[in-house]
Amino acid sequence: MTFVPKPKLSHPELPKNSLGLTRRDYEGAVSTLCAGCGHDSISAAIIRAFFELDLPPHRIAKLSGIGCSSKTPTYFLGRAHGFNSVHGRMPAVATGANLANRELVYIGVSGDGDSASIGLGQFAHAMRRDVNMVYIVENNGVYGLTKGQFSATADVGAKSKRGVTNTESSIDLAAMALVLGASFVARSFSGDKAQLVPLIKAAVLHRGAAFIDCISPCVAFNNHAGSTKSYDYVREHNEAVDSLDVIIGREEITADYEPGTVETVVLHDGSTLRLRKLAPDYNVHDRVAALAHIQDRERAGEIATGLLYVGPESKDLHENLNTVAAPLASLSDAELCPGEAALETLNAALR
Amino acid sequence: MQGQYQPLERCNDFVVKFANVNGSGSASANRLFTRAVLRMGVPATPRNVFPSNIEGLPTWYEVRISEASHLARHGDVHLLVAMNPQTWDKDVAEIAPGGYLLYDSTRPMPPAKLPRDVVVLGVPFTAICNREYSEARQRQLFKNIMYIGALSALLDLDLGEIERLIGEQFKGREKLIAANLHALDLGRTHTLETIACPIGLRIRRANAVGDRIFMDGNSAAALGAVYGGATVAAWYPITPSTSLAEAFQRYCARYRVEPESGRHRYAIVQAEDELASIGMVVGAAWNGARAFTATSGPGISLMQETIGLAYFAEIPAVIFDVQRAGPSTGMPTRTQQGDVLACAYASHGDTRHVLLFPEDPHECFLFGAAAFDLADRLQTPVFVMLDLEIGMNERLTAPLTWDGRSRMDRGKVMTAAALESASDFGRYLDVDGDGITWRTYPGTHPQLGSFFTRGTSKNDHARYTEEGAAYVENMQRLLRKFRTARRLVPRPVVDLASRPTRRAAIYYGSTSPAMQEARDVLAEDGIALDLMRIRAYPFQDEVFDFIASHEQVFVVEQNRDAQMRTLLVNEGDVDPARLCRILSYDGTPITSRFIVRAIADEAGGSEVVPLRKATP
Ligand SMILES: Cc1ncc(C[n+]2csc(CCOP(=O)(O)OP(=O)(O)O)c2C)c(N)n1
Ligand code: SF4
Ligand SMILES: [Mg+2]
Repeated sequence: MTFVPKPKLSHPELPKNSLGLTRRDYEGAVSTLCAGCGHDSISAAIIRAFFELDLPPHRIAKLSGIGCSSKTPTYFLGRAHGFNSVHGRMPAVATGANLANRELVYIGVSGDGDSASIGLGQFAHAMRRDVNMVYIVENNGVYGLTKGQFSATADVGAKSKRGVTNTESSIDLAAMALVLGASFVARSFSGDKAQLVPLIKAAVLHRGAAFIDCISPCVAFNNHAGSTKSYDYVREHNEAVDSLDVIIGREEITADYEPGTVETVVLHDGSTLRLRKLAPDYNVHDRVAALAHIQDRERAGEIATGLLYVGPESKDLHENLNTVAAPLASLSDAELCPGEAALETLNAALR
Repeated sequence: MQGQYQPLERCNDFVVKFANVNGSGSASANRLFTRAVLRMGVPATPRNVFPSNIEGLPTWYEVRISEASHLARHGDVHLLVAMNPQTWDKDVAEIAPGGYLLYDSTRPMPPAKLPRDVVVLGVPFTAICNREYSEARQRQLFKNIMYIGALSALLDLDLGEIERLIGEQFKGREKLIAANLHALDLGRTHTLETIACPIGLRIRRANAVGDRIFMDGNSAAALGAVYGGATVAAWYPITPSTSLAEAFQRYCARYRVEPESGRHRYAIVQAEDELASIGMVVGAAWNGARAFTATSGPGISLMQETIGLAYFAEIPAVIFDVQRAGPSTGMPTRTQQGDVLACAYASHGDTRHVLLFPEDPHECFLFGAAAFDLADRLQTPVFVMLDLEIGMNERLTAPLTWDGRSRMDRGKVMTAAALESASDFGRYLDVDGDGITWRTYPGTHPQLGSFFTRGTSKNDHARYTEEGAAYVENMQRLLRKFRTARRLVPRPVVDLASRPTRRAAIYYGSTSPAMQEARDVLAEDGIALDLMRIRAYPFQDEVFDFIASHEQVFVVEQNRDAQMRTLLVNEGDVDPARLCRILSYDGTPITSRFIVRAIADEAGGSEVVPLRKATP
């Protein structure tokens, strides 16, 4: 193993999941990000989500682009293979990886610079292709790694640490994902683990591209007054549309809720998402209404979070390409090479 | 009009050029002509010359008929089939003195427009069509078949062969067969009745085709990818590489469908651009699939950053570069060998990449398959360097062969069991000393063998480091690996002159047939040449030994800047003065005539004392 091991001070009482693994088994190397960086909280949420999902860590592949956010896959799931690729190109690399082996679980981590600026095209096409993966943008409104320039998600009027006001209109990646046909769109906040962990779990269970725009304050360059991506600002303006419980497998639902306030969504593997509606009349299956709601909240100066949209029975890229059930990477010579005889027939037809 | 010149008399050795309008349906008629000649046992090599346009602009189809099997472009035109009035003047001017001109004489050309030194043959194709057919599209399509009928009479081309080919083409659609045969007959009969047939150009049955097949290089390369075990293809359309991806799709539909389920043992994604196509290839190959992309120069430019990642992070990738004339959009439908340096040193920083140079469709198939073994064994990008000339033109080529015992060589991949018995796994640890290290596929083992792939510098256990020493060690190992590659890539092919000589020529790729023909012509003129055909980069020592053992070495290539020569000078510390540039780069395929003239000029005709002793 090549990740830097943390001292395993594993407490005998540390809870174990059904695989007999503890949270520690889902951790990675020690983070080198700034203390207080939102990205580290997201890594922690990812660790918890995978632990609670009882997934074997080595059957997960983690991919990223370039940026502080894209560094984070080193800091979770040390037993999984990781790929820190090229700035803005994680979606293509993840698409290729997914095509090679449909059996692994894919998590792509990106930044707002990585996905909304240099990689906007690849972000868009991964959404429309419905690659079966979790796609998290750790959105801080700046380029952290290159020291605080505005990114394309910075709001108009937002002030940089150096006092410059952003005048270019911002890109809302969740709204874009909706328009592009993504089958699962959520938004969350790195400071709200109670909301984020179930969203990540639901995203993993969802078949197809599951996009989470996660606001993640950059304490070094974008956490001051005047920023719209600071901890204070997001806490004050966060408007959740729903709150989520993820029930794995076909467990019975026992709790009682007031009628009309809870919606259950059954996923393709039989797992259930139980959504407690916080915004009255919000319909999580209505793409157009979701978009309208996001934009409506934005106009009111608020940030709509939660599970914003989940499509009915989605088909992922493999289904659309009609690939075989086994991973393509595992196919044998006999399955791939047509052999000598076929070549003779072919030669004859070319004379 | 005849008199002051002698009409040409040539049998099984002449060039027919068809001047058509793009989108008029002439392509299949022209192909029918070539195939009929081939069926008569006479080698014929067609070339499409087409504009970057879908409909309306001129296109040409030039067929060299050569019983002696000269497959290169000849350069002369002996019979012009002029079906495009737009390009009349230029086309007609190309006909060799004593040659022939067949044209649609529905509206006879004024004598001033007719060349004085060629035999003019008029057949009123449009008039016959208009009389026979009422629909515009029919008139257009059958006019094409009709001129094939006329040619069968003029050249004494076996009608039976043409009829059989039409039967094969439209098998099961009797009505279409009958309609085509009728049009064929209309053209033939009218010609026989009005013109003394055959003319001085003739096709006589021979036995010179042998068991060779007729195939284009892009299809052959795509078939190579199927045989090589590629399962993931990501591409973005660009001439002249598009037909490679399309052929892969076609062959996969034939050979790669799981019988029980009808599901696909392949995935083809038309990406949003070449940044994405190479990204997908790298992602798939990282995850254990054999993956490739097909592109041309502009796509190579876009892929640079990710190619560097694949080099540095050591991920296999196969890239088919079907070269065209650059820079920029250049001449997008014309051929060139202009990407040699762009591929050899693709990306920023210090990089070197494996290049393969197939000479014809047969090698496109072989190298197309072998590239996947090479990429896996070397864990690095491998470029298969085609060009428009071999990629998009059908060519007589040796039948494709496959050793049924061969198995995919996936290179150094550790399984779960191997990980358990190993004392230490370091992704970039050179345990074997050949520069090639062991890798694991994601998902292999619950505890062992995972690593982080990155484009940043790392130590031999794949951990991030900015230590200068670790960086240098890694870069040195990559050079070691590149030296190992020399043992694995195809060796050059040497063909010595019949007598000892101090002169030699080095060439590669689609230059092959022109070079071989030129060598024979030069030998007759007293200039003997030893030949070396380079088939891969990195170069083996024998390439530099060959250069060292000759006094004058011509490097023949199809680009302006002598890119292969630069690569040779750079990689072998060769004295540049020893390597003489022979460069053809106007977008047309290089001809033997060009090579003969250029080499004769440089050689000055005088033979130098041989270094090598005469062989008995
Ligand atoms: C082609 C290329 N251009 C520029 C850079 C420099 N660069 C590295 S990270 C980055 C921005 C990252 O911003 P974001 O994705 O928002 O990540 P954050 O650091 O904010 O988490 C840039 C511009 C690069 N690595 N590659
Ligand atoms: S610079 Fe910003 S984004 Fe980067 S680690 Fe520090 S706080 Fe996080
Ligand atoms: Mg950012």
